[in-house]
Amino acid sequence: MDPRTLKTAKPEFYLTEEHHPESSTNLGFWLYLMSDCLIFAMLFATYAVLGRNYAAGPAPADLFDLKLVAINTAMLLFSSITYGFAMLSMEKNNKTATLLWLAVTGLFGAVFITLELYEFIHLIHEGAGPQRSAFLSSFFTLVGTHGLHVTFGIVWLVTLMSQVAKHGLIEANRRRLMCLSMFWHFLDVIWIGVFSYVYLLGVIG
Amino acid sequence: MNDQTHAHPHGHGHGHHHGGHEASHGSMKTYMIGFILSVILTAIPFYLVMTGAIDNKALLAGIVMGLGGIQVVVHMIYFLHMNTKSEGGWNMMALIFTIIVVVIALSGSLWVMHHLNTNMMPMSPDMMRNVP
Repeated sequence: MDPRTLKTAKPEFYLTEEHHPESSTNLGFWLYLMSDCLIFAMLFATYAVLGRNYAAGPAPADLFDLKLVAINTAMLLFSSITYGFAMLSMEKNNKTATLLWLAVTGLFGAVFITLELYEFIHLIHEGAGPQRSAFLSSFFTLVGTHGLHVTFGIVWLVTLMSQVAKHGLIEANRRRLMCLSMFWHFLDVIWIGVFSYVYLLGVIG
Repeated sequence: MNDQTHAHPHGHGHGHHHGGHEASHGSMKTYMIGFILSVILTAIPFYLVMTGAIDNKALLAGIVMGLGGIQVVVHMIYFLHMNTKSEGGWNMMALIFTIIVVVIALSGSLWVMHHLNTNMMPMSPDMMRNVP
């Protein structure tokens, strides 16, 4: 009886590994996101240290248009939920709906980037460019890095849309969509920090 | 074991997956709960700051950051599907490690730089105006 119990005991360990075929990708991507989180943490720390050094220039309350930020926040939040719908459509093996929701997500993302670029151009036009003060340098670095992430997210999203359109919802595409889903929601999490700490707290003063 | 290795490639239809994997995708309900909570948690701080409903700046800042923190947790649970069981707990371990590093780095930078600032040579407004 002893060898038998050993035999049944051994596969137990083996199976817990076997159960997660895609898990290494998910965990690996999660680790990437965590390292990305550290990049943003450092940029937040930089902003927290330098954010009050205006060099006799404009302060956040003079510059930020909270209505624009509110619209931007809404865009990113909508894109998060529509990406969720895309994932649910993927679960149901509905290729058309997945592509449709991905397109909507990309559109919201594009609006977000457009509004952010509009804000940046407006600031630079007012003479509040990144070289004006330490506050503005750290502001442009932090918000710009987030915007760059969203931009690359959109590029990735369009790439995946053509992949899904061409090859359908195959296992590889499901894995890729899952990774982009984590990336996209993660960027929304970072944006919570940006609008709370940079914009709202900046305007409070 | 033999059974399982055979069953796996065929049992790929959804619902055949064991609980942990299935749960990591979320459902319409969890996405909607997350979305509604996020909308509320975003609207309150924007409303408070834009209307100036609260005069106490420290209190207002505390509310904004507190609601922001809650919203981050909401996103983690309902959108990123974080739980203690996903990937055998390694997701959570990585997250906790990251949070520890972030807290040390943020509080350390702020603490050091605050002391650096307070120990700087005092500047008169006149000197400040003539900073290069």
